[in-house]
Amino acid sequence: MKTNDGQNQVQSLLEKKYQNGFLSRGEKVIPVLLFLMAAVSVVTTIGIVLTLIVETFTFFKQISIAEFLTKKDWYPFSKTDASYGVLPLLVGTLKITLIASITAVPIGLAVAIYLSEYASERVRKLMKPILEVLAGVPTIVYGFFALTFVTPLLRAIFPSLEMFNAVSPGIVVGMMIIPMIVSLSEDALSSVPDSVRQGALALGATKWEMTWRVAFPAALSGIMASIVLAISRAIGETMIVSIAGGSTPTASLDLTTSLQTMTSYIVQVSTGDAGFGTTIYYSIYAVGFTLFLFTLAMNMLAQRISRRFREEY
Amino acid sequence: MALVAFKTKEKKINEQAPVERQTVYSTKKCNLWYGNHHALKNINLDMKEREVTAIIGPSGCGKSTYIKTLNRMVDLVPNVKTSGAIEYRGRNIFSKDFHVEELRTRVGMVFQKPNPFPKSIFENIAFGLRIHGIKNKKLIHETVEKSLRQAAIWDEVKDRLHDSAYGLSGGQQQRLCIARSLALEPDVLLMDEPTSALDPVSTLKVEELIQDLKEKYSIIIVTHNMQQASRISDKTAFFLNGEVVEYDDTYTIFNNPRDHRTEDYITGRFG
Ligand SMILES: Nc1ncnc2c1ncn2[C@@H]1O[C@H](COP(=O)(O)OP(=O)(O)OP(=O)(O)O)[C@@H](O)[C@H]1O
Ligand SMILES: [Mg+2]
Repeated sequence: MKTNDGQNQVQSLLEKKYQNGFLSRGEKVIPVLLFLMAAVSVVTTIGIVLTLIVETFTFFKQISIAEFLTKKDWYPFSKTDASYGVLPLLVGTLKITLIASITAVPIGLAVAIYLSEYASERVRKLMKPILEVLAGVPTIVYGFFALTFVTPLLRAIFPSLEMFNAVSPGIVVGMMIIPMIVSLSEDALSSVPDSVRQGALALGATKWEMTWRVAFPAALSGIMASIVLAISRAIGETMIVSIAGGSTPTASLDLTTSLQTMTSYIVQVSTGDAGFGTTIYYSIYAVGFTLFLFTLAMNMLAQRISRRFREEY
Repeated sequence: MALVAFKTKEKKINEQAPVERQTVYSTKKCNLWYGNHHALKNINLDMKEREVTAIIGPSGCGKSTYIKTLNRMVDLVPNVKTSGAIEYRGRNIFSKDFHVEELRTRVGMVFQKPNPFPKSIFENIAFGLRIHGIKNKKLIHETVEKSLRQAAIWDEVKDRLHDSAYGLSGGQQQRLCIARSLALEPDVLLMDEPTSALDPVSTLKVEELIQDLKEKYSIIIVTHNMQQASRISDKTAFFLNGEVVEYDDTYTIFNNPRDHRTEDYITGRFG
């Protein structure tokens, strides 16, 4: 019979496979290949960190760690009395980060809550791609937006504001990280099950009471993680501050004057003509390493937070 | 007739001294559409206070839709249209000046799947009080304990009030959700298949609880379990394809139904 033939054929083909050891060679190679790829990225990361550490050490052979940490001036370019106190760069970074957070956190959370709890399906479908485009804009574009639009606007309102200042780039860095907060917080809110929301509404809670006292706390771990990640992005932001913030390292807390952050100092030296092997050259590694510790701490904090507050539904 | 199996419940109401029971819910010519789908068709039902009303019927006949209409949770579904009236103690629940929040505070609801908040056991119960502006700590503590006792779960949770409600078993979570509703001292308790996700022991506990609660509350319960309906309810409504086929004393429905479709359904001869 024909069907019987067909069956025998399948059987004999399978028989061949059994005899060849069943699994193709590819099945064994794939995990090795995947491991190699993973290894490349790990090795690269280790390489970068090692370079950073080695060059930082070279810097600290010339300038003491104590000077780096305690001196209050950053004058690396001074020929007569150069000073390498990192404080002004830290203050610059913190000023920008603070203004960016004050701008981004309330707006980002409001938009996330609006999208997840209030917006209609249509609005949500419209807003999400717009936010994604916003997140994809190169930071240099944000930088020029800060310098040529936000700064003049702010100076029209506050004439005492200098051309280069902390407020304008701070606000624009905030605008840059808003999509990140919105997107991650919205994900966290959407993953709160509707049954929990209904439980609150069925007790006579208004929509806002339900959102604020049930949905928001339930999503808190994801929301906090999104904020910390966004802030660590703000700490590392370079272009916007280099363009609109000026290049004057200062430990002053004045927000209206020119400043310099850790990243914009690195850009300044990298694009300038500091010769290889000079103290200035090595200083960018020391500053870079400080920055690395900062963002590493922030990322670890984000992970801690999301583990700490995790709610299972 | 082959209905003897359900003769467990005697006609209690007639044995008791006649009490004047007021109508809590009066449904008048109520229709409901999900888009074009006509899910409730000309429903007319009167429900009395301090009675247990069971709603039975095959899957998809509109039981959940009806019970969700009673506290307007059905409003959350987009494109829902209603007509007719449902009067809660004489007030039309669809009227503009009856806020859903007030209705849902007066009328509690227990869902098919337990849905505690991701908060502590204590905060789950206190939540309702807090959103309604009750701040008195002593009152909150007392109410939490009282509600948990009423829901027959106090002894199981009294030493872990500040642990997450998610650490409780399914049956405990469901009783917690009942306690959560009771904290607001509702007039009516709506329950949509509250025991369908529970094991027999937890089911029994919830059923006993319902028997206790009917001293104070009116209870409307959807169930697929015929024994359960006959054990715990005073009145039973049989729904079919969005219509009420028969509504009567539970004893009558299970022993002497007027409509042959009711009989077919409760004897299991129905598709
Ligand atoms: N959100 C909705 N949108 C559209 N149609 C719905 C919706 N919910 C229910 N329906 C429809 O309305 C009808 C009644 O549904 P309902 O959930 O009230 O049935 P039920 O009697 O509770 O069934 P079950 O016993 O399975 O829970 C069904 O035909 C269902 O498909
Ligand atoms: Mg249902």
